[in-house]
Amino acid sequence: MKARIHVFLKEGVLDPQGKAVMNALRTLGFGEVQSVRQGKFFDVETDPIAPGEAEGRLREYCQKLLANPVIENYRVEVLEP
Amino acid sequence: MKVAVVRFWGSNCDHDALEWAPRVLGLPSEEIWYEERELKGADLVVLPGGFSYGDYLRPGAMAARTPVMEAVIAHARRGGLVIGICNGFQVLCEVGLLPGALLRNQSLTFLHQEVILRCETTASPFTSGIGKGRLLRMPIAHGDGNYFADAATLNRLKDEDRVAFRYVDPAGELNPAYNPNGSLDAIAGILSEGRNVLGMMPHPERASEALLGSTDGAEILHSVMGSFQRA
Repeated sequence: MKARIHVFLKEGVLDPQGKAVMNALRTLGFGEVQSVRQGKFFDVETDPIAPGEAEGRLREYCQKLLANPVIENYRVEVLEP
Repeated sequence: MKVAVVRFWGSNCDHDALEWAPRVLGLPSEEIWYEERELKGADLVVLPGGFSYGDYLRPGAMAARTPVMEAVIAHARRGGLVIGICNGFQVLCEVGLLPGALLRNQSLTFLHQEVILRCETTASPFTSGIGKGRLLRMPIAHGDGNYFADAATLNRLKDEDRVAFRYVDPAGELNPAYNPNGSLDAIAGILSEGRNVLGMMPHPERASEALLGSTDGAEILHSVMGSFQRA
């Protein structure tokens, strides 16, 4: 299976990196930019997983390691079964 | 009192931490490699500063999942004493022994400078000998020291008197200009619910000899020793 896992800061958690990126974009002339939030994604390839179980399994990856639940949320996406 | 220092790949304050108890208390300290599952009978476990595993994923995230941390968690759950300094604090938050998380410094820059801490509670083995309101000088050296917790967690920390140290100005007052990394509520160090685990971003082990400019960091070890002897 191929999957993509997005991990991003929760709303309300300050993102100084995103803010610096926003300022840089504005400095470059993209004055319309009002907010940037920086996150990350993981492309994961696995052995075959039964379709009904895949998303739950990916969420476990996030809960156990990929995301810090204090500050981050996540979204999982199966790309190829 | 037996003292042990855990070493991970990428710890870089481990030698300072290993010298801490010998120089301040005249006690030997053991080193424990991250693969070990026993703490060699340690009463006080120190998680040192550094950049364990290159800060991959998140600072402290990989170290938090090493075998030795299972032993550290068990030690803490039994009431054993643990101090996490800098990266060690990040590891303690990642394993959930302490609440909250340490975000990138508000300035986005690595900070290495002296700070002034105010001791906020005497109700812990680490601070019982220091005195509430006492100011301590010691250095910080980190890129991710910006303490964050949600509102409920912060309220609980305050209600339960679990903020050990705050960043203050030379007069001992809260002052945003003296909160180096943007930490929530100027928090520099916190205690666990059982008060036996301390995490702090500043480096007491680098401020425990006159030659290093301050001996205030030694007060924490003296406190621990005093509590240990009374227990």
